[in-house]
Formats: sequence, C-alpha cells, structure tokens
Amino acid sequence: MTALLSARGVNVAYEPARGQRIWSVRDVDLDLAEGEFVGLVGESGCGKSTLGYALTRMLRPPARLIGGRIEFAGTDISTLDGEQLRRQRRNGFALVLQSGMNALNPVRSVAHHFQDVLRAHARPDEDWKRAAVHERGAELLGKVRLSSDVLGRYPHELSGGMRQRVSIALALALQPQLIVFDEPTTALDVVVQHAVMETIQELQRANGFTALLISHDLGVVLEATDRILVMYAGRIVEDQPSGDLLTGRHHPYTEALLGCYADPRAETVTLGGITGAPPDLSLEGEGCPFAPRCPIVEDYNRQVLPTLAPLGRGRAACHVRTREAAEKGVTGVA
Amino acid sequence: MSRESRAEVRPLVLDHVTKTFAGRHEKVVAVDDVSLTIEPGASVALVGASGSGKSTIGGMVTGAARPTSGTVTYGDLAVHRLRAGGLRRYHHDVQMVFQDPYGALNPLHTVGYAVARPSRNFLGLSVHEADQRVRQLLEQVGLTPAAQFAPKLPHQLSGGQRQRVVIARALACDPGFIVADEPVSMLDVSLRAGVLRLLAELRESRGLSLLYITHDLLSARVVTDQILVLNEGRIVESGATKDVLQHPSDPYTVRLLDAIPNPFAA
Repeated sequence: MTALLSARGVNVAYEPARGQRIWSVRDVDLDLAEGEFVGLVGESGCGKSTLGYALTRMLRPPARLIGGRIEFAGTDISTLDGEQLRRQRRNGFALVLQSGMNALNPVRSVAHHFQDVLRAHARPDEDWKRAAVHERGAELLGKVRLSSDVLGRYPHELSGGMRQRVSIALALALQPQLIVFDEPTTALDVVVQHAVMETIQELQRANGFTALLISHDLGVVLEATDRILVMYAGRIVEDQPSGDLLTGRHHPYTEALLGCYADPRAETVTLGGITGAPPDLSLEGEGCPFAPRCPIVEDYNRQVLPTLAPLGRGRAACHVRTREAAEKGVTGVA
Repeated sequence: MSRESRAEVRPLVLDHVTKTFAGRHEKVVAVDDVSLTIEPGASVALVGASGSGKSTIGGMVTGAARPTSGTVTYGDLAVHRLRAGGLRRYHHDVQMVFQDPYGALNPLHTVGYAVARPSRNFLGLSVHEADQRVRQLLEQVGLTPAAQFAPKLPHQLSGGQRQRVVIARALACDPGFIVADEPVSMLDVSLRAGVLRLLAELRESRGLSLLYITHDLLSARVVTDQILVLNEGRIVESGATKDVLQHPSDPYTVRLLDAIPNPFAA
C-alpha cells in the first residue's frame, strides 16, 4: 500500500500574544496508507486534536505549524495557501469536528449547509441550483442513514446523534480521500455512539477513504480501527496494529490506558486509572515525558528521550520495552 | 467535623411519579409512573440512554423539578411540595454533583470560596471554622496540599481536579444523600477511576445514600450495589447491580451492554 498522507517532523506550537510558547505536537512522523483506518488516542491535552488539525491544515493562530513536511497524495500541503489549499480540499481531505453538534450554523437549514459546501468548491462547469443541492444532499444524508426530510430542518430540531450524522454527510460531500474524525462521538450516549460508529465504519468500508479517528476513548478506537497511534505529551509513543494491543507488552502508557477498561459483567471488577498528570508542555522536559507516572521507570529514562523503536509488529518509544524486546530476540525466548 | 451537624440519613421514596412536559404538538412523558425506594446508605444506579428520563428523576429527587403526579418523600418530608425555604433546608440533606465540572463552578470564585460557601450557609460556621473545613474537605477528595488548591480559580485546575472540587462542595454541608448525575462522563477515561473510587469511599465512610445517574454501566458496576434500568421513562429492570449486568433480562439492558465499547468484552 502506498502512503496517502505522509508527515515528517511535524511540530505545532501555540504562541499566545502574551505568555509562553506551548509545544503541543513534537516531532511527529506519520504515514497513513490508502484505505487504512487509523486511530489516534491519548488523554486531554496530549495534542491529538492539534495534530489532526495540522494534518488537514486547519490550524488557526495562536497555533502554528513549525517545520515539518506533510505530503498528501504526493503534494507537500504544509506550505500551501489560499486558493491552492482550497483546491486540495476538493476530493482531498476533510475534518469532522468534535463539536459537530455545535459546528452547524443554528440559523441555517441543513440544506443550506450542503449548498454552502457544494457551491464554495464547485468546479467551473458545475452549477449547484436548489434542486441539484437537494438531490445531492438527500443522497449524502442517505449514506449516513438520515431521511431527506432532514434537509429542511434546522440544527436545533435535530438530536445530538443526528447532528453528528449531518456533519459526517457534509464531510462526505466533496468525496474526500482522507477524513479526520475528531472525537465524533464524545458527546453522545453509548447507544447512539455505537450506532454512529457503525455508520462511520460502514462508510469507510464502502467508500474506501482513509480515516483517522481521534478519540480519548481507547475502547471505541480499538473496535473500529486497523492500527492505533498512542500519543503522550505531544509525541507518538506507540504505533501498533489494533488487534495486537490486547496481547503482549506495550508502552507502559498504553498499558495504563488499557487498564482503565473492564468488562462490567465480570465476576470482580477493578478499574485502573493513571495517577499524576501529564507534563506541563510549556516547559522543556528532559528524558521520557511519561517517566514521572511510569511504573517501570529507570534512572536512564529520566535523562534520555526514547524514540520509536520496533516492538512486536509495531513500534513503541520506551527504553525498557525496547531493551526487553532486544533481550528476547537474543535469547530466542518468545 | 462533629457528627451532630450530620443530617440524619433517611429513606427516599418515589411513589407513582409521572412527569410530563408540554411539547409543541403533544405532551412528552419524560417519567412514566416510576416508584422506587432508596434506603439509607444504599448506592443505587439509574441507567439509561439520553432521553430515558434519568436526569428528570434526579431533578425531582433534588427538588429542582416537581412531579406532574405522584409523590417524592425523604423520610417524612414531602419533597414535591417544598417551596423556597423548605427546599433550602432540604438541600442541607440532599446535594448534587453535576455532569459538567466546567460549568458547575463559578469561574470568578476560588476553590476555597466554592467549598466554604455551603459550610457557612448550612452549618453556620465562622470564617475561621469554614477555612479549616475547606482544608479538611479538599484533603479528603485528594486535592493536597489543600493550602495550595484553596486559592486557585477553576480555570487553573484540570477537569478531574475540578470534579473533585464539585464533590468537596457537595459534601461541605454534610448531606445524607448525594445525587451524582454523570459525574465522570466529561472526564478522561484515565481520570474516571480516581473520581469513582473517591465517591465509593466517601459513601462508605460517611454512610450516605447515593443516587448515581449514568449511561455507563461499567462505572455503575464499580460504584453501586443496586441498579435501575430506565427506558422511555419507565423502569424496565432492577436488582443487584452485578446480577442485572451478568444476567440482564430486559432487551433494552442487553442493548446497553452491547453498545459499550469494551475491548475486553467476551
């Protein structure tokens, strides 16, 4: 598979007019293969949404992309501007927002939203008249399992799940090759969340677009994706096939996240958590950023920053796990 | 804190409670003929999807809403008849932990103020006594050193820390009954365990009753002994939390269980 999106050395900093620069994304290298469904997980403030925004060039000041290269279908989009960037968005990449529920304009009907998107990105030979917009809108709503009646409604007349479906339909309008879903189900209750996730997975299978699903909920991501990236303090600390995450050894942060889940039907249920808090990103720390919360930390880890090294079928950024993997390799013990 | 100020924990009873709202075209029945009893010291989960009426029941328990028909009683107190003064006294006994720790704290007041206020209002403590109580409460909910947290404003805290402040505030007037409406749903998964453990510990050490409203069955399992499953305003299943989750008999409970994104589910 070829990489549809390939990012190298991506750094994003928030640079407020007053106050300190905060490094939100640090040295991220990332490849998304065509048709792949990848999850990006981490706690609040780890930079996962910022990374999603950077990859789709949606960052707004005070956030700034600093250095790095983002290649989308062979074009470096990290430096594109204005009209060139806008042209890339057509059939290129789309972002479904976390607040999809609030991302809709409250004084515009759903049909009006479709009209905006379709007209703004119309080719010279296209003419999006009312009837054409309605026809295309109805078709897109059908894809997210909404009836065409929704076209005439206003956002406040829709439930949270329906609004999120409308946002997804809007993202599909330009037939993107890549869709970044930023916490698409976070504000929804479990039953609705389950239904929306099913729709996203169906759409991805049927249309074959590449998807990046950003969520703090590892459970949701594990169910839906082929591969998972775990982010901590602005860095990707683990990259594994989703199916491998439940077995074997992983980055201690990944293991701690997994410990936050349990089956409510089990005989005894104990719920793990992660003590402490993520580091202050305005400070330049030394060593592994997870060291202060890490159960297997060693002195060396506090001084030297680990980089992603092979672990299992994927990679992890942990000195201890890397060494363990190497020792196993030498002794041949599985 | 002296035990004399502790309100006596009494049973809370909902008897044939119905709550309807006037919709644009028709009446919406949010809660439909619900009867339930929460014994002193019990920990009861009220679970259901959005719109099942669980928060409406929470509102009627705290006196924020009145049933259209039926009665809500706390001991011999008719909660559904309370007006301003009576409600105020009732809130000495019954406190609420809200879903959104970002919205539940006044951004202009310090943590110390938020927690001191109910202690002074309900317990009549002096400024100095209230200060001490704030320190005790903050330490009890794990915000240590308390002296460092008390002068902070809500925006200086993380979500998990804010929710701890909300819990400390709810405990400040030494209530006998706490209604917690989705207290962890806005928090990171990694922080939920800490807040849930805190709720469970506090309930045990203080012997208070807890009505825990959630759509998250896993947290219900961790915090409660009994569970009530609500669908479209009606209780469709009830029993011991573990039994109901292991052997659900209502199809709706099964649907809720199946919808949980749970990597470890069989």
